[in-house]
Amino acid sequence: MDSKTLRYIAKRVILAIVTLWAVITITFFVMHAVPGGPFTREKAISAEAQAALEAKYGLDKPLFEQYITYLNDALHGNFGPSIKQRGRMVTDIILDGMRTSAKIGLIALVIATVLGILFGALAALRRNSLADKTIMVMTTAFVSMPSFIMGSLLMILFCVVLAVLPANGASKGGLILPIITLSLYPMAYITRLTRSSMLDVLGQDYIRTAKAKGVSERMIIVKHALKNSLIPVITYFGPQLAYIVTGSLVVEQIFAVPGIGRYFVNSITGRDYTLIMGTTIVLATLIVTMNLVSDILYKVVDPRINLE
Amino acid sequence: MTKKPLSLHVDAEDFLPASEEEKAYMVQMRPSTTFFKDGCKRLVKNKVAFISLIAIVLITILSIVLPLVWPYSYARQLGNQPGRPVDPSFNNLRPMEYSITEQAALEAGESVFPHLFGTDASGRDYFIRVVYGTRISLAVGFFASIIVLVIGMTLGSIAGFSGGRIDMVIMRIVDIIYSLPDMLMVILLASVMRETMGPIIEGTVLQTIGSNIISLFIIFALLYWCSMARLIRGQILSLREQEYVLAAQATGAGAGWIIKKHLIPNCISVIIISTALQIPNAIFTESFLSFLGLGVNAPMPSLGSLASEALNGITSYGYRLVIPAIVISLIVLSLNLFGDGLRDAFDPKLNQ
Repeated sequence: MDSKTLRYIAKRVILAIVTLWAVITITFFVMHAVPGGPFTREKAISAEAQAALEAKYGLDKPLFEQYITYLNDALHGNFGPSIKQRGRMVTDIILDGMRTSAKIGLIALVIATVLGILFGALAALRRNSLADKTIMVMTTAFVSMPSFIMGSLLMILFCVVLAVLPANGASKGGLILPIITLSLYPMAYITRLTRSSMLDVLGQDYIRTAKAKGVSERMIIVKHALKNSLIPVITYFGPQLAYIVTGSLVVEQIFAVPGIGRYFVNSITGRDYTLIMGTTIVLATLIVTMNLVSDILYKVVDPRINLE
Repeated sequence: MTKKPLSLHVDAEDFLPASEEEKAYMVQMRPSTTFFKDGCKRLVKNKVAFISLIAIVLITILSIVLPLVWPYSYARQLGNQPGRPVDPSFNNLRPMEYSITEQAALEAGESVFPHLFGTDASGRDYFIRVVYGTRISLAVGFFASIIVLVIGMTLGSIAGFSGGRIDMVIMRIVDIIYSLPDMLMVILLASVMRETMGPIIEGTVLQTIGSNIISLFIIFALLYWCSMARLIRGQILSLREQEYVLAAQATGAGAGWIIKKHLIPNCISVIIISTALQIPNAIFTESFLSFLGLGVNAPMPSLGSLASEALNGITSYGYRLVIPAIVISLIVLSLNLFGDGLRDAFDPKLNQ
């Protein structure tokens, strides 16, 4: 790795840290902009009880002091107690929900990547064939459909019309539909990405050289074409994760999956501010880190890419 | 004179003056065309983009005109007539079904306008709700993109023209906002802003639009201007270095002339294209928020909130979800395809 690459990596890491700081700061101040603070929507409580609650959650201190405390706690993964779920810490709730969500998300990620690359390569190698056209029409449709629409339509098809899969994510086999819903959009996107970059690579001189040398078709595809056309797919890992995280918010809501997305949405409707802040920061950290990793990987994998 | 096949004799006929016909054949005269006309021609030739354009125009016109002439309104609960007991037979009608009162009226020979898509759980005509929801979704998409365009263009051209420290500050802000996870920020801001906006706009004209839509616009203005600003700054920086700008300067053209004649015509297509592609994005975001319950204020419908409401009765009234789902996919798909066609037609550089 030369000094240029290192400088680029350092720059990206700093940007990621600043971004996370911005997320925490925005979250903190946005939440404090809520008129009257987090307890106004409760049933009418006495002034003493209000003061006691505020003292308990440290809301009576000056804003800046609260901010510093919050920043410090957030760095240690401590987001305080949940306002609405008595006696539970936000961190525990998030970890609890993460188990299910991570399972769904990771499986969806793997399915989307593997099938997307497969379909994309197939479409590129059999360009203008029926298979290529079918794949392109399908992916265009999937890319234009918001995840909640996709989830609902799949639910109608498999749970109501065909009645082969359970609609509730907590029951046996209930995670199949959420996983399919989450993977369709990134799969379609990766398919299109792989197809166009593979077509690009297949037109390169080194492919012709390999052909001229008498390398077998199979070796050309595996060793030269596929390997090189996967480079743009790496850049999509970050956005893909971001999509799966935000997609899980609605998908978990539709299929009643007990995951972090569902807690997040419920905390919004229930105005559980500490939980909203905690979840936002955790999910944002995940996305920013993944973006950072895929950006750096992209530059390291392909030395041809200009770092400026 | 007969010519031997391999002879090098010159054929005298080749040197006869050309006839008028032959001359006309050689001279290709076309009416001079402008960049805009040329692009339009290419756009019309692109069948997919043209059909998408027709679909968008049709949907827009219908969503504006139909609520004006339709006998039902999006908010009126038909079973809830003033001065009469609530008539629950209006609720949850299936498509083309009539309530008991309407049946009686029909039998008495009166004409009753049919409920094309039935009614919802509160007895509101579902067809007009879908039409109205389409109108809201389109309006949000359109105006949000305009806001993004104005802010992005202002800051982008300031950064591009002034350069130096101002440029650096603006671009660092852009970098940070760009790397924020946008959807999470949108949800966070939307969930708080609907609380704070309510009292602020109370009693003003804005109240009729609803606090949630206003906050949606503010969120768009805050988060999505970055890519537009980046694009326009990049355009200005690269255009300033072009030879024809230098040539214009050398022949004594002023700054105003250069901006009007060279910079704007050269970046206008890129700006229009990315604005067009911004609209489906905005519609996507609005429907997503509405689905989470953060979108438009009730009883106003949007396609996302209609789909979200329909989720509760999915087993018996699945069509109520399918209809807005189809409309929203149709809108987003045709806007995307049209945007792509626009790009192919007006920006050959991007397409390579």
